[in-house]
Amino acid sequence: MSISTPARPVPGERTPPPGSGTPRRSWRTRLFQAEERTAPYVYVAPFFLLFAAFGLFPLVQTAWISLHSYKLGSEMKWLGLENYVWLFSNPDFYNSLWKTFTIGVLSTVPQLMIALGLAHLLNYRMRGRTFFRVAMIMPYATSVAAAALVFAQLFGRDAGAVNWLLGVVGVDAVDWRNGDWTAQLAISIIVIWRWTGYNALIYLAGMQSISQDLYEAAALDGASRWQQFRHVTLPGLRPTILFTAVVSTIGASQLFGEPLIFGGGQPDGGALGQYQTLGLFMYQQGWTYGSLGRAATVAWVTFLLIIVLVLVNTAITRRRQP
Amino acid sequence: MTATLERPPVTVVAASSSRKRLRRNDSAGWLAYVLLALTAFVFLVPFYYMIVAASRPMAEMNQTPPPLLPGPDLWSNIVKAVESQDIGLALMNSMIVSGVITVSTVLLCTLAGFAFAKMRFRGRNVLFGIALGTMMIPPSLGVVPLYALMATLGLAGDLSSVILPSLVQCFGVFFMRQYLIQTLPDELLDAAKVDGATSLRTFWSIVLPIARPGMAVLAMLTFMTAWNDFFWPVITLNSSNPTVQVALNNLGSGYVPDTSVIMAGTLVGTLPVIVVFLLLGRQIVGGIIAGAVKG
Repeated sequence: MSISTPARPVPGERTPPPGSGTPRRSWRTRLFQAEERTAPYVYVAPFFLLFAAFGLFPLVQTAWISLHSYKLGSEMKWLGLENYVWLFSNPDFYNSLWKTFTIGVLSTVPQLMIALGLAHLLNYRMRGRTFFRVAMIMPYATSVAAAALVFAQLFGRDAGAVNWLLGVVGVDAVDWRNGDWTAQLAISIIVIWRWTGYNALIYLAGMQSISQDLYEAAALDGASRWQQFRHVTLPGLRPTILFTAVVSTIGASQLFGEPLIFGGGQPDGGALGQYQTLGLFMYQQGWTYGSLGRAATVAWVTFLLIIVLVLVNTAITRRRQP
Repeated sequence: MTATLERPPVTVVAASSSRKRLRRNDSAGWLAYVLLALTAFVFLVPFYYMIVAASRPMAEMNQTPPPLLPGPDLWSNIVKAVESQDIGLALMNSMIVSGVITVSTVLLCTLAGFAFAKMRFRGRNVLFGIALGTMMIPPSLGVVPLYALMATLGLAGDLSSVILPSLVQCFGVFFMRQYLIQTLPDELLDAAKVDGATSLRTFWSIVLPIARPGMAVLAMLTFMTAWNDFFWPVITLNSSNPTVQVALNNLGSGYVPDTSVIMAGTLVGTLPVIVVFLLLGRQIVGGIIAGAVKG
């Protein structure tokens, strides 16, 4: 013992760390690997949990509530499809459906076309480019409430600046709020004002990702600026245009704040419902009349409508090959 | 972020003859200036009108022609607006709501964006597809059960009922993923791994510092969106505990028929966003462009 001990065991103790060393290292390694495997799930979990709780669950629950008579604080009463029968036989629903559609078209189409033109201009090399870009986007930073309040004043019948301006040009004063089309036009202008600059920036981003070579090739082939715009810019922007069309459609189908405030906080959308949108109609059923079941029905029908509109949008944008 | 605003330097490098042609083709003519100036004017006039109307007595705003320059009554109109709707409380509430939402959104979206951008795990593509798909679902469609849920939890009317549903948003996840794919080199992550850093440690000491500019942009956009949110706060909050937007809605709902006071309140409620824009407008514009869907 005393002879063999100093000769051999020294390197033996070091090289294979027996007993304690190996398991400890692999325990740590395993923990490390486990962390690496589970970490991504832990990182994305908050998003999905919150979405499930406050996004998906309410959406599904809306379908369930729409089959009931439901007032806050009372029990839900099963109605089956009665709410839907009520909805589809209600002239007010068709009115708000139609107004949502007309205001949607009046606001979305000019908005996207102006935005496309603006993006084209903003894409030029010029002085004060940043100023123009910031000025275009300022309305987007303004809240629905502020924008609608200001425009409600501008479109006032007696003292509104718009009527004053029209008077200067020699046009008689318009009763914007009480007219059918004029009220819809005024609300559309609020929407156009707020969202055109935002869409222009989105288009600008799309334009900047189109390869410069394409323009050079087109120019070499003798294409005019307009031809370049039509045959290079527009096709290159197609995905972007689809994106903005879908987002604007969804926004238009949910229009709520603008008509509510334009009408002085009343959800009836004018005396004749001339600007009562689906959003207002739902709010009126649920929170003015307290019938949450019917409000849920309106919401669910709106949702189905949006899906249809998105599909139609996608189809149209895909097919239009310039 | 401003770098994304500049066009690619191709034109500068190109040969002189083609450079001339491209430059001529590229720089704006007088018509472009006129059109843009006109649009900028139209876009900015409502802000100016807000200031003019808020600084004059209502009687003067009812004259024809309406006054075109700011008047002396700004402060007294603001005081009236603040008194009639407790705008001070509303500003405070909006600060709390927007602040909490911003911090939580930026943090959670950076985490998720990092996972989606740089980590490999089973089901990543499916999960990211779902996350993208949620962008298509309009949030206001679930308001009925959400309202019922908040009422059941006893949170209706409470600020937390506004905060909870907005703690995270899919746009942010998408934005941070895109940002990190572009800016975070894989080599750095590999080096950290070799050094034995856990992924949380990597996130803290490597991802966060690199992601900071992107997080700043996301923070600005989120704050703006939260500050301006209207539909859900109007439904869940009552006038005794409003955010700025709810207060503005009440202000316009006829309790105060005074145009100038309404405009003064609107000005106060919009001012924070205007100030942020004057200071950081360039970055915000860059952020919107960077976050946009590119062709």
